[in-house]
Amino acid sequence: MSTDVKIPQQKIPQQLPATRYAAPQGVKLPIYMDNHATTPMDPRVLEEMLPYFMEKFGNAASRNHSFGWAGEEGVETARERIAKLIGATTKEIIFTSGATESDNLAIKGVAEMYREKGNHIITAVTEHKAVLDTCKRLEKYGYRVTYLPVQKDGLIDLEELKRSMDDKTILVTIMAANNEIGVLQPIAEIGKLCRERGVIFHTDATQAIGKIPIDVNKQNIDVMSISAHKMYGPKGVGALYVRRKNPRVQISAIIDGGGHERGMRSGTLNVAGIVGLGKACAIASEEMAHEAAQLASLRDRLRDRIMNRLDETYINGTMEHRLPGNLNISFAYVEGESLLMGINDIAVSSGSACTSATLEPSYVLKALGTGDDLAHSSIRFGIGRFNTAAEVDYVADRVIETVERLRELSPLYEMAKEGINLKDVKWAGEAH
Amino acid sequence: MSYSDKVIDHYNNPRNVGSMDKSSADVGTGLVGAPECGDVMKLQIKVNRDTNVIEEAKFKTFGCGSAIASSSLATEWVKGKTVEEALAIKNMDIVKELSLPPVKIHCSVLAEDAIRAAIGDWKKKQESAKPVASTVAQ
Repeated sequence: MSTDVKIPQQKIPQQLPATRYAAPQGVKLPIYMDNHATTPMDPRVLEEMLPYFMEKFGNAASRNHSFGWAGEEGVETARERIAKLIGATTKEIIFTSGATESDNLAIKGVAEMYREKGNHIITAVTEHKAVLDTCKRLEKYGYRVTYLPVQKDGLIDLEELKRSMDDKTILVTIMAANNEIGVLQPIAEIGKLCRERGVIFHTDATQAIGKIPIDVNKQNIDVMSISAHKMYGPKGVGALYVRRKNPRVQISAIIDGGGHERGMRSGTLNVAGIVGLGKACAIASEEMAHEAAQLASLRDRLRDRIMNRLDETYINGTMEHRLPGNLNISFAYVEGESLLMGINDIAVSSGSACTSATLEPSYVLKALGTGDDLAHSSIRFGIGRFNTAAEVDYVADRVIETVERLRELSPLYEMAKEGINLKDVKWAGEAH
Repeated sequence: MSYSDKVIDHYNNPRNVGSMDKSSADVGTGLVGAPECGDVMKLQIKVNRDTNVIEEAKFKTFGCGSAIASSSLATEWVKGKTVEEALAIKNMDIVKELSLPPVKIHCSVLAEDAIRAAIGDWKKKQESAKPVASTVAQ
């Protein structure tokens, strides 16, 4: 029997929709502007990693020969670089396969270790699924979880957090920066509150590390998840910060077998990946301040160019406490996936149900109180290190052009222009 | 999401986009779906009252590329058909024509609903226009 291996067709950008705009000088299509999903590797990171594949390929745990020592050296240098970026010590850095694993390890590890002390965990409704689904699993094991709501601007209410804490609370887990709307939670204040109450504070800092200043001591962080591929490093590697002093935090391992990383995470280290993560952090330590200003400027340029031309566009989440490269806008009367189809030479993402595997619109936008229709009409832009002003202008113009075209096709836009309040209409499809 | 060439064609070159006079006696309007669902289709037909042939059709859609293509195709298909022939259009015909993947079949269902709603609206208008039997003596 012949095994017919079906090789998927090379996905070349399909027949492009008609556009008035030719890509300007120096703008290569397709443009990548989805840096919250992942980032291209910085060439300097790749260069740093390469020797660890074929020359310095030793297992970092091989104590007895130079191949192992070379691997170990690469790992320890990386550890130092990560610790430096976040104000920690090297003994407080554990390597994992990524932030999802780090979140699992942090939450399950604390929950198991402090079971005697209590069984209550507090988190927020806008957390990443790696946190939410882990909490859901712990609920099955008898833990109580409070999911704090967020306000319209995307921020949690500190008073509400305070009120939710009781004598059984052992962990608060709140992300530093949201992956969809880029909103920054008040980490230092949350950490301070937790410190006062003797509650461990974990933050999923996947989107924040290397983009905004993070200091585990100034911000009272006890445990923190880090991912390489969101900061121009490789996929498949991340880290977990676990505080050793003031106070000392302990976690149970979730992966057994060999006792690597002080018994907290067994498994042969992904040396090349770790070296990449370390280099990405070193670059961020040097360049973050300047880069943040640059990204904010590009993001504001994108926002202004779009919003100056189009009416009825709404930014999701506060602009005041936000990642410099993030923009999340809803374009009323236009559905997100059809908008993406019209700008298919640009990589961004949408909160529309049609683009998700579950056919549910973005739960983060829903948590903000954004109506489902506007959630369906949202686009997330993630500007990164390698985007240029020319790209931003092109993207803005293509978005404007496509929104205008789709509004001409939209019965909702027509009704709104006729003065009909869409909220008053009895829709045929409402009983869903 | 990989779209069929036909879906892309309808998206780039939608047929019969526009609106007709809702109040006209010969126009039937179907408005289906809901904004919260991410799909709203408005389909209108202009029917020749003598032959029952759909002479003109227009659509407007809020929805994904497959929804736009489904409704655009629907207007293409109903034009030139009698009202009865148009009622025979099934959503699976649309699915086949546009090569819609399973997750987009509901777009074709909505388009079929839109056709029926437009025809239903037109029929209702024809009913209410019929002269009522009068018992008033001449």
